[in-house]
Amino acid sequence: MTSSASALASVLAVESDPGGGFVSPSIAEFYPPALAEFSIFGIDFTITRITVISWIATAAILAFLVLASRRMTVVPRKSQFLLEGGYSLVRDNIARDVIGPKYKPFVPFLGALFFFIIANNAMSIIPFFQISPMSKFAYPLVLAILVYILYNAVAIKNKGLGGYLKEVAVPPGVPPVFLILVTPIELLQVFIIRPFTLAVRLFANLFAGHMLLVVFSLGTVYLLGKVGENFSFVFAPFSFLMALFMTFFEVLVIVLQAYVFTVLTATYLNGAVEEGH
Amino acid sequence: MHIFAAEGEQNPLLPPVGEIIVGLITFAILAFVVIKFVFPMIEKTFQERRNAIEGGIERAEAAQAEAKAALEQYRAQLAEARTEAAQIRDAARAEGQQILEELRTQAQEESARIVARGEEQLAASRQQVVNELRGQIGSMAVTLAGRVVGESLEDEARRRGTVDRFLDELDAMSSSTPSSSGGSTAYVPEGDR
Repeated sequence: MTSSASALASVLAVESDPGGGFVSPSIAEFYPPALAEFSIFGIDFTITRITVISWIATAAILAFLVLASRRMTVVPRKSQFLLEGGYSLVRDNIARDVIGPKYKPFVPFLGALFFFIIANNAMSIIPFFQISPMSKFAYPLVLAILVYILYNAVAIKNKGLGGYLKEVAVPPGVPPVFLILVTPIELLQVFIIRPFTLAVRLFANLFAGHMLLVVFSLGTVYLLGKVGENFSFVFAPFSFLMALFMTFFEVLVIVLQAYVFTVLTATYLNGAVEEGH
Repeated sequence: MHIFAAEGEQNPLLPPVGEIIVGLITFAILAFVVIKFVFPMIEKTFQERRNAIEGGIERAEAAQAEAKAALEQYRAQLAEARTEAAQIRDAARAEGQQILEELRTQAQEESARIVARGEEQLAASRQQVVNELRGQIGSMAVTLAGRVVGESLEDEARRRGTVDRFLDELDAMSSSTPSSSGGSTAYVPEGDR
């Protein structure tokens, strides 16, 4: 049983009709009350619990990265070993293997992406936070937009605007007849669908993961509340086990989605760097 | 639930602009620090590690090469020493042979000299004995002949040539016949008297 969920559940229990049916969590989960609200140049800023969580996650990973990278030695210490492991994964397994020989300049950006995503993802299971900023579409969207700008800029720089557009619109090896079909699909794919799917993939995984965790957590609390009323409380352990299982599953999602986002970014960069892929 | 829904219908795929900006700033700060400070530090460490490993390998290779060179040197020295020893042995053997040869020659020369001297002495004493005997036999024969013939013969000195001739004939006979006994004619010149 997760503590913030139980705290939330107790609040919900008061809100919902006592003795009534189970009230499932809604999308309101992702819109906690504002801690601060202000407006600059007509843009409304709402600082919520989730905003603060993203700051904490970012500050924590930043602190780890900075502390572990200070006084680095040739023979690594434990924290340095962890840092090097993460960095090497991005540098060698993602950047070098996917992008190819011209991978060097992209390693820092990919590394920043990877560490930022994994830290913010991890907030979905860390006690007292238990919601990832990545389950707010704004965060994955920001990253996807940056990636979109980057790979298009790199491609234009390498191939020229005309060359890039031609390469996208007229993929090599496609019979001219099919270009009627292929060209619109390719253009749509590269310039619209790609950044959208990139952002949605990350967002939806964390969003759904959080929903599942909350459902089973609240379910456990609800069923335990039925002790003395009816026998449905015997299902509470099953709900709890599901919550536990989903938490472990979430660990996998946290790492995997950070990895996938970075690998896809590297793939798009590879297309931007390589001639006639 | 209703208290949260008070913000109105929310579409999770339409985030407010403010949230996007906050997210952007958060990521930008992390990206800046990490790209500017953390990753260069890691790259530097990787480079140092690579250098350390390569340096170690180089040092090991140098040490190995040195050991190999030393081994080669020792082997060369050993071979040289062996050759030298063989040469010395050969030289000693040759020298011994030479010494032996010299000694043998010396001994042969010595023995030849001794034999020659002995022969000379023998010849000299033989000559002496022959000379003595010749004188004695001559006077004895004369004396005997005088006694037989009488005192007349002594006066007639001219008859002495007859005696000498006789003795020479005798000599010639004795010198030619006893050649088998090692006697030489050289030391008995005719007409010595």
